[in-house]
Amino acid sequence: MKLVRLALMSSLLSCSFYGVAADIKIGAAEALTGPAAKYGVAIKNGFTLALDEINAKGGVKGNKITLVMEDEQGKKEEAINVFKKLIFQDKVLMVFGPTLSNSAFAADPIAVAAKVVAFGTSNTASGITDMGPYVFRNSVMEQDVLPVVVKKAISHFKLSKVAVIYGNDDAFTKSGYDAFKLALEANKLPVTTTVTYAKGDIDFKAQLTKIKETNPDAIVCSCLVEEAANIVLQTRSLGMKQPFIGGNGFNSPKLFEIAKNAADDTLLGSPWSAENTSPANKAFMNGFKAKYGSEPDQFAAQAYDAMYILAEALGSITLTNNLEKDRAAIYEALPKVKHDGATGKFEFAKAPSKVGKESGYDAKQDAIVNIAKDGKFVLLK
Amino acid sequence: MLSQQLLNALSLGSVYAVFALGFTLIFGVLGVINLSHGVIFMMGSYIALQLVTLLHLPIVLALVVAAILSGLLAVVIDWLVLRPLRARNAPHLAPMIATIGVSILLTSLIQGLMGAEIRRFPSGTLPEESITWGDLHITYVQIGIMVIAIMMMVGLWLLMKKTQLGRALRAIAESPKAAALLGIPVEKLFYCTSFMAGSLGGVAGVLVGLSFNAISPFMGQPMLHKGIAVIILGGMGDIRGALIGGLFLGFAEVFSVAYLSSDFRDAIAFGLLFLILLIKPSGLFGRILERKA
Repeated sequence: MKLVRLALMSSLLSCSFYGVAADIKIGAAEALTGPAAKYGVAIKNGFTLALDEINAKGGVKGNKITLVMEDEQGKKEEAINVFKKLIFQDKVLMVFGPTLSNSAFAADPIAVAAKVVAFGTSNTASGITDMGPYVFRNSVMEQDVLPVVVKKAISHFKLSKVAVIYGNDDAFTKSGYDAFKLALEANKLPVTTTVTYAKGDIDFKAQLTKIKETNPDAIVCSCLVEEAANIVLQTRSLGMKQPFIGGNGFNSPKLFEIAKNAADDTLLGSPWSAENTSPANKAFMNGFKAKYGSEPDQFAAQAYDAMYILAEALGSITLTNNLEKDRAAIYEALPKVKHDGATGKFEFAKAPSKVGKESGYDAKQDAIVNIAKDGKFVLLK
Repeated sequence: MLSQQLLNALSLGSVYAVFALGFTLIFGVLGVINLSHGVIFMMGSYIALQLVTLLHLPIVLALVVAAILSGLLAVVIDWLVLRPLRARNAPHLAPMIATIGVSILLTSLIQGLMGAEIRRFPSGTLPEESITWGDLHITYVQIGIMVIAIMMMVGLWLLMKKTQLGRALRAIAESPKAAALLGIPVEKLFYCTSFMAGSLGGVAGVLVGLSFNAISPFMGQPMLHKGIAVIILGGMGDIRGALIGGLFLGFAEVFSVAYLSSDFRDAIAFGLLFLILLIKPSGLFGRILERKA
């Protein structure tokens, strides 16, 4: 026991005396286990890929970036614990995460209070950046994506009325619904009925039968992917042929693994497309496939870009090894970054401040509208 | 659409009933609330999934093997966790906490081995097209679940009422000490009960996995919550109660969505449940509790 403690002490000491000079320590709190793990693991893979590429090229100004990855399990309480650990114990420069908007609402205030940048790569709920100036995200808000999608859906399917289904006990699906509601109102598209379900539900036939009665032209769905896939399948088993208009949750290969071709004709807005042939995206996709042997998704792409955005910001400042000063410097440097990555051209936009409270930075990026064909999303022309 | 909603309610209720059968059996005989029933349910669907995808077993055979293996798993849990507690006369909350621990352990294990993502049985495991009858759509799996729910309930009920084994189990439910004095091998029958309950849980897992295409390490948790409600409503430990309670919850949920509001589905369903318990605190068929009182 004593030996272990000694070894720990010496490694801690060596870390504080020699480690920091050469390494830039970054924290990440993502859901690596639990129901949100499919997002969290994709994000982790995106970070790791970018990090390996950056460090292989000599890091930032010769300093290697190290990532302290912690599992926040997709739970609010865990996200708070992990943020505290990363910020106060590991003394990281800034923190990526958490994975879910739900957790971000719980954990980000800790970073704001400590004046540490909290950089979300997957938080799309509105209000995230209202929490304070230190909250950043490169994930595009659904409220910016959905009006584009709804407009395209009306012209593509010649819609005159739609039905809506969403999960009403999850920050992500609820905020997606709110954004859909605004987008539908803005496009003056009548809603026949709006139905909800709760987390953990697997049988949606009651809700879908209710939708069937109102005979809409399409079904708008703000759901997480496992629910979405199941809803699509059950819709077909009830003999309904309507296309779906999906929120961000549909944006996963899982949708087709589960629902197969039943999901065809689903429209989806996303910041990233596998079909984007820009050099940056090709490099990302090839790198990802070589490293992990699987297809990347949007969450990996956004995490990958986020790491490069951070690296660019780090390249523009000089670190002093005074944690407080360095944390302030990265906070000042991040908003100036303009990046052309796997998700296309990106820059930060200061979120409008709410009643005397300074807000953080949202993503400014164009959305792409995709349509599902033969088990994958292709660009809708 | 009333007929479709009736059918939806019947099939959802059957799912709850199938799950609750094993759950209530354990309580009836062993007198403990075994909260690992949710993970046994989950393990059942994973076992069948592996058998179908890796060994290409036909689904019926996979269902039988999954039932046996989840039964054995339940016996192992009983032997490792519940038996030592029984032997030490632990208060009845101890098995609850211990089985929560088992749940967390097994959930993490499956998550580590299989990943957190949802899986499904390969398409074509069962015919996927639904049978249409006018406006009514019903899938083969839905029919299967309803039939199996009723078969299992009737089978279990006959076993308890008409066989020597059933008589012995009911004697144990009455008083394990008295049963032991009468020469009934109580410990052996505890294992036997755990095996039956585990098998029922495993079968429920396979059926739910087949019908909803959402096999995940976490699928047991929401089912466990509903299962507790169902067996409390039906009367703790009562086999008919599990079926009636399951169907009641299914109907309450589906009809509050269909004719009231999906926003208040759980509030309405559990509100009704509460009202019934106010009138009949021991549940619909709650003889055991009444007798103890």
